[in-house]
Amino acid sequence: MKELITEAKTENLDAVLEFVETELDAAELNKKLQTHILVAVEEVFVNIAQYAYNSEVGGTTIRLAVGDEVVIEFEDSGKPYNPLESEDPDTTLSAHERKVGGLGVFMVKQIMDAVEYRNASGKNILTIKKNQV
Amino acid sequence: MTIEKKVENGKTVLLLNGRLDTTTAPELQEMLIPEFDGGKDLLLDFTELVYVSSAGLRVLLLGEKTAKATGVEQSLKGVSDEIMEIFEMTGFADILSFE
Repeated sequence: MKELITEAKTENLDAVLEFVETELDAAELNKKLQTHILVAVEEVFVNIAQYAYNSEVGGTTIRLAVGDEVVIEFEDSGKPYNPLESEDPDTTLSAHERKVGGLGVFMVKQIMDAVEYRNASGKNILTIKKNQV
Repeated sequence: MTIEKKVENGKTVLLLNGRLDTTTAPELQEMLIPEFDGGKDLLLDFTELVYVSSAGLRVLLLGEKTAKATGVEQSLKGVSDEIMEIFEMTGFADILSFE
């Protein structure tokens, strides 16, 4: 399992995506799957960067394993937050009715096969999984 | 991401290259929204774009809303399968206009 420890701030998004992309490339995952997994990774990381620590900067640990399924785990010590409790947006509304925002978590759920949240010893741990086939 | 602007067949074309993500979406917003004041229809060329996250969708929706409000058209071309799937899963395939 590979691990990246970084400050949870959006300036580090490029480094996070590069870390994940390098591993997915090495495992020769097809490009479309890679792109979608990277989108999910961005949504989770940016959520942590923008909300977990209020205005302070805290850390995130990202762990990644690629086998028959891709498993990526995000850990932070910010305020307890289960993104799976957020309400899905209504994707059938017109442009006029649609709200700007609120799509990130929904996209993670759409892209990945499994999204699991747990709070352990005061840490938020979100695990996202995608089968390779 | 880089954005190249040109005028083609009476439309303002923005050629996007790279990743439309949390970091780069504000750059597109800054360039796109004032264009609606120009009166020319807008074409976003996605041929060289590899990636769109929710931050990018947010700007495209803002563009679509501004288009409706100003009567200037916003459309997309050259959208890859990967990105079209993102549009489909979020309902944006029905909201956006494609050339």
